[in-house]
Amino acid sequence: MPKRDRAKKLPRQTRVKPIAKAPKTDLQASPNGPENARALLVFNSVRRQYGAVTAVSDVSCSIAQGSFVALVGASGSGKSTLLKMVNTLETPSSGQVVFAGDDVNQQQPAQLRRRIGYVFQSIGLFPHMLVGENIAIGPRLAGQALSAARISELLELVELEPPMAARMPDALSGGQRQRVGVARALAIEPELLLMDEPFGALDPITRASLGDKVRELHDRLSLTTIMVTHDMAEALLLADRVLVMDAGEIVADATPHQLLAGEGGDIAQQLVSVPRQQAEKLAAMER
Amino acid sequence: MSEFWTILIGLGPKFAAHIVLAASAIGLGILVALPLAVWASRSAPVARIALGFASLVQTIPALALLALFFPILLSLRAVFGEGLPTLGFLPALLALALYALLPILRNAVTAQANLDPGVLEAADGVGMTGWQKLRLVEAPLSAPFVMAGIRTASVWTIGAATLSTTIGQPSLGDPIFAGLQTQNWVLVLAGCVASAGLALIVDGLLGLIERGLAKRSKTQWAAGLIAVALGLIGALTFQFGGKDQDRIVIAAKQFSEQYILAQLIGSRLEKAGYAVEYRDGLGSAVVHNALTSSSIDISIDYTGTIWTNQLERSDNPGREAMYQEIKAWEEREHGVRVLGRLGFENAYGFALREDRAAELGLETLEDLVAVAPRLTIGGDPEFFERPEWISVRNAYGMRFAEQRNFSPTFMYNALTSGEADVISAYTSDGRIAADRLTVLSDPLEALPSYDAMVLIAPARADDEALAAALQPLVGAISVGAMREANFAVDRDDDKLSPADAAAQLARAIGLD
Repeated sequence: MPKRDRAKKLPRQTRVKPIAKAPKTDLQASPNGPENARALLVFNSVRRQYGAVTAVSDVSCSIAQGSFVALVGASGSGKSTLLKMVNTLETPSSGQVVFAGDDVNQQQPAQLRRRIGYVFQSIGLFPHMLVGENIAIGPRLAGQALSAARISELLELVELEPPMAARMPDALSGGQRQRVGVARALAIEPELLLMDEPFGALDPITRASLGDKVRELHDRLSLTTIMVTHDMAEALLLADRVLVMDAGEIVADATPHQLLAGEGGDIAQQLVSVPRQQAEKLAAMER
Repeated sequence: MSEFWTILIGLGPKFAAHIVLAASAIGLGILVALPLAVWASRSAPVARIALGFASLVQTIPALALLALFFPILLSLRAVFGEGLPTLGFLPALLALALYALLPILRNAVTAQANLDPGVLEAADGVGMTGWQKLRLVEAPLSAPFVMAGIRTASVWTIGAATLSTTIGQPSLGDPIFAGLQTQNWVLVLAGCVASAGLALIVDGLLGLIERGLAKRSKTQWAAGLIAVALGLIGALTFQFGGKDQDRIVIAAKQFSEQYILAQLIGSRLEKAGYAVEYRDGLGSAVVHNALTSSSIDISIDYTGTIWTNQLERSDNPGREAMYQEIKAWEEREHGVRVLGRLGFENAYGFALREDRAAELGLETLEDLVAVAPRLTIGGDPEFFERPEWISVRNAYGMRFAEQRNFSPTFMYNALTSGEADVISAYTSDGRIAADRLTVLSDPLEALPSYDAMVLIAPARADDEALAAALQPLVGAISVGAMREANFAVDRDDDKLSPADAAAQLARAIGLD
């Protein structure tokens, strides 16, 4: 068992170090087209209806391995529903979600979810478990014990002190808790990281620093990340591909660059105009 | 006060039986409530139906719920066979477990409904199966609330278990019911103190477990759990550790005369080498059923009671004919052996003060008819609705100036204080002699007879040694002797216990 653990860890660590030293290239990255990267996730005419209300209507798109995709839209645009159909917390009324080649709804939900990291706004740390136990829960469910060293390593990844593993979640601040939430999602070495308004409940400073941290980890660990947010500025700063949703449909699919250059249509541009105008006003005040 | 301690210490076996009954009922309640709560948390209709049913059960008075299980179990004998007990432990267990259901179920359902939705979403999100979610998240987070429900249920159940005395299950209710009937307040107090003390101790221990769970302190809840387990093991060894004897079970209804006669019969059987157990304070309605099903072995009943309630007759063939017909009917229908009549009646009779009777020149009910329109009659609350009164009224054409209802105890006081001139007394009541009352004779035999008789259950009907041991009692107890014994127990000062009164009665009738 320890042998296998080490074998599993070593390539990851050798992989981490050079990337960590490499300069950030995030915002300049080109959208991963299907021609140069394998699609990890594909939505095929996915639809979700609640009675007469259509939350998601006929969405088709594919997400490339290694990409950082932001799903942006107003409240009720269907972005959270679309995200939750990936780890089957929601089920499509029609259509298919294909993850790593298999229809997600043809798999055991628990097995599927143990391969996908999930971070969400209300965090959902288990209040009766220590921070360390919270982080180790994913491997534990699959029958593996996470070593104390690995827990320390995960805490350090999200910039928390290792002794924090012995605390209860209610002794932590909101920002620290969401860092633990991220560490919990990373503990399973996820093939895909889903984030649903992950920083929505945090103060602006914590929010910005945790956002940068997540982007850095995405690059270091070569993750594939989908993040739902209503904040276009956050999406533009962190993602390398932005999907804009409105009334259940994807109305724009562009890089941050393209959006800032005025592409993507009216709804996308309305969303982009908010942070742009704020930035312009702030710049004007400085003059 | 030393009497109180003696009684309290003597309650050991009842205490153990009470603990075993209450713990079994709570255990069964938990066993049913927890899976039901889990199911209810996953299905709104189940939650509505389960909680609705449990609330409905709560609205039934505990005493009635206990009594209701007798006919239910009796009808279930069609399915489970004649061996199914209809009195005693089983019905008490079922009724109390039903009663314990609501607080446990409600707390468990509420706890589940109030779990943080974020935590539940996380449980799904990290890939827990339904069972893992229940075991790792829902159960530990609900545990303190579930424990609070179990705690409430336990206190209720320990209190309500005292009522199981009425359906023949020994409990701490035995001294309470016996004491209430014989107005022996020390006995009542001892029963109440024991039951309340038990409830307080259990509440404290379960509270310790509850706080331990809430604070996630393993030592605290484990300590509480161990203390509860030790108490239970103690009660179980106390109850089942002794050698299992074949005991003769003697029943007594809820009044002094029955307690005394049960003791009298018991002491004779003990002298004959039998082991004896008393089921005191049984509800009048269940005694006959308990006897025919051999849940008890011996009862003392009255001809008029059996005539009306069991044979469902309203005619009056006369004292001797009624007895012979009942004797034949019992043997034919149930295999019950009617050993014989004890020699006295506990009937309704019209009584007035000796001096008043002399002054008015009254000896019979016929004499009373002429003066009745000037007099007030007092009766117990049901008397003026009973066939006895209607029969007398019609047979003699009796009309009183006024009719008043009194509780049995105050009826006699009303007579002495002059608020009533005539009362519907019970003919074997000790106060007839003590208050110097005259019971008017009934020449037209309008009042049905209430001969006390000894009945033996079918299972013991062929035991000739048993019958022989009791044979000397037949025809031996005069109404005067019975009145004296009853009064010794009922009087306010210098009371005797039913056992002492029985010993005195035995000496008085020359059987000692």
